[in-house]
Amino acid sequence: MSSPLAPATPGSRSVRRLLSPGLLFALPFLVLFAVFMLWPLGQGLWMSLTDTSLSAHTPDFIGLDNFSEAVRDAEMWRALGHTVWFTALSTVPLVAVALGMALLVHTGLPGQWVWRLAFFAPYLLPVGVVGLLWIWLYQPDLGLYNHLLDGVGLGRVAWLSDPSVAMSAIVLTTLWWTVGFNFLLYLAALQSVPDHLYEAAAIDGAGAWRRLWSITLPQLGRITTVVTVLQILASLKVFDQVYLLTKGGPDNSTRPVVEYVYDVGFTGYRLGYASAISYVFFALVVLASAAQYAALRRREK
Amino acid sequence: MTSTTDLPARPAPARPRIRELSAPRRRPPTGRTHLSLGESRLARVLALGVLGVLAVVWLLPMSWALLTAFKSEQDASDPVHWLWPRHGLTLDGFRTVWERGDLPLWMFNSLLVSAAVTVITVLVSAMAGYAFSRTRFPGGRWLFTLTVAAVLVPPQMLIVPWFRQMLSLGLLDTYAAVILPQTVAPVMVFILKKHFDSLPRELEEAARIDGAGHARIFWSVLLPLSRPMLAAVAIFVFIGAWNNFLWPFVSTSDPALMTLPVGITSVKDAYGIQYAQSMASAVLAALPLVVVFLFFQRHIVKSVATTGLGGQ
Repeated sequence: MSSPLAPATPGSRSVRRLLSPGLLFALPFLVLFAVFMLWPLGQGLWMSLTDTSLSAHTPDFIGLDNFSEAVRDAEMWRALGHTVWFTALSTVPLVAVALGMALLVHTGLPGQWVWRLAFFAPYLLPVGVVGLLWIWLYQPDLGLYNHLLDGVGLGRVAWLSDPSVAMSAIVLTTLWWTVGFNFLLYLAALQSVPDHLYEAAAIDGAGAWRRLWSITLPQLGRITTVVTVLQILASLKVFDQVYLLTKGGPDNSTRPVVEYVYDVGFTGYRLGYASAISYVFFALVVLASAAQYAALRRREK
Repeated sequence: MTSTTDLPARPAPARPRIRELSAPRRRPPTGRTHLSLGESRLARVLALGVLGVLAVVWLLPMSWALLTAFKSEQDASDPVHWLWPRHGLTLDGFRTVWERGDLPLWMFNSLLVSAAVTVITVLVSAMAGYAFSRTRFPGGRWLFTLTVAAVLVPPQMLIVPWFRQMLSLGLLDTYAAVILPQTVAPVMVFILKKHFDSLPRELEEAARIDGAGHARIFWSVLLPLSRPMLAAVAIFVFIGAWNNFLWPFVSTSDPALMTLPVGITSVKDAYGIQYAQSMASAVLAALPLVVVFLFFQRHIVKSVATTGLGGQ
């Protein structure tokens, strides 16, 4: 009676259970997830407790020394401050301008695709292009913006080399580059405001302003919260455009914390200390997320 | 299932909006909408004026880059006749940049890397999304919770361990090193899992009665039904990979392996202030995605609107 199709032994059944279709389907992701996210997270944490460097010596376990150094490191606090400052400066215009653009476009004026192209196209540019473009625009002697300032009789501005202007210049570039993303999110939200609200308002004889203030804007409350949250998280991760426009200068006055990680790790070769600062950065992101989560919960009650 | 409220900063899902976006557009974009300004001509002119000014401000940088790219190097750095070139327009900048040969190479690298990242990410995330949505396996719920929590991890914090990892695997300066870390996208797994959750199960029941297994159901029933969602995710992943800077920048030092955003900025240093050439390469580098946008505007807009919210 022993045919090849005999019932599986208990051992192979448990193997089958383990290799259930679900696990097999999830496996490719889980492998990549484990190798390129969980393992690096663990290794980063381990490295932050050692003096690992890019030079050849064997790393020593040094406990929390990296973290206590970070707490006393004025440059790290400065870089964290720049990241927070950039986030504060960029979030409001990136949300408000996007909302304004979306409202104007949604009024149904002619030329829809032109507006969409104009506002969204910059978002499709690789950051390398954005860097080249704005270095040229901000060029002190030949750049377009100083020519225009000259033209209207205002003085020239040292956009990227004046420490008191450089961060604002980076924020302007960021606004131009990424506002299209939030603009599209708003445009989609506007299209889903229920028609019957407007119909009711029309019956009540509400004018355009009235409809905007009493229906459209309140209906956009939720999406505004979401866009703001996403924007804050995105702004906290700033690196690319700062690095390309100013390399964090002048005098490190625009260097965000991600660039500090890069500088410490890949210019200073101190991978252990860079890992510790990475975790400080992670703590900042988690803290911001937790604060927003709490705020959202309160709002939805 | 794990409720979405476990995820910080993620309010209750808003299915209707996403479904509405995937549905055929009900209103023509130029049609009268409920925000319409009514009969007031003044309001229309005013709105058009503001919109026009905004559009000019937004189009100015690219127009200026385009103009500079067609100037001779001498005209580009002429501080007096800064607007219109005295020696006419020329293709010299483009020619020099193209003949140097690295720009086409970087475009090819970017295309290869972005395409590989997109294919792997979409396939792997869709399979995982299916597993978490339609099957039960030991540890499944726990693994999904872990995946959702990982949405919080900023990739920027992983560059040091990734670098270390690639160094010890001997993979630095290879395509694999640039591609693989970018394929881990917990947020896409989350989005696709919720998408599969929203599909009615009746369709698979019929297939299951016909004897179809999970592989058949996934491949022949759910994937074809999910084409709009998969396209949205794919476009979003592709744009992200095409524009990604930090990790390709850290993991490649060989110019032959650089992607477009990294390579193009490495030239800037070497060539100093050759602005016409610099703008010519910027224009060439910008072209592919802008052209794609012109053709697939609606798909890209929809992709950002659905995927950009992280499945909320």
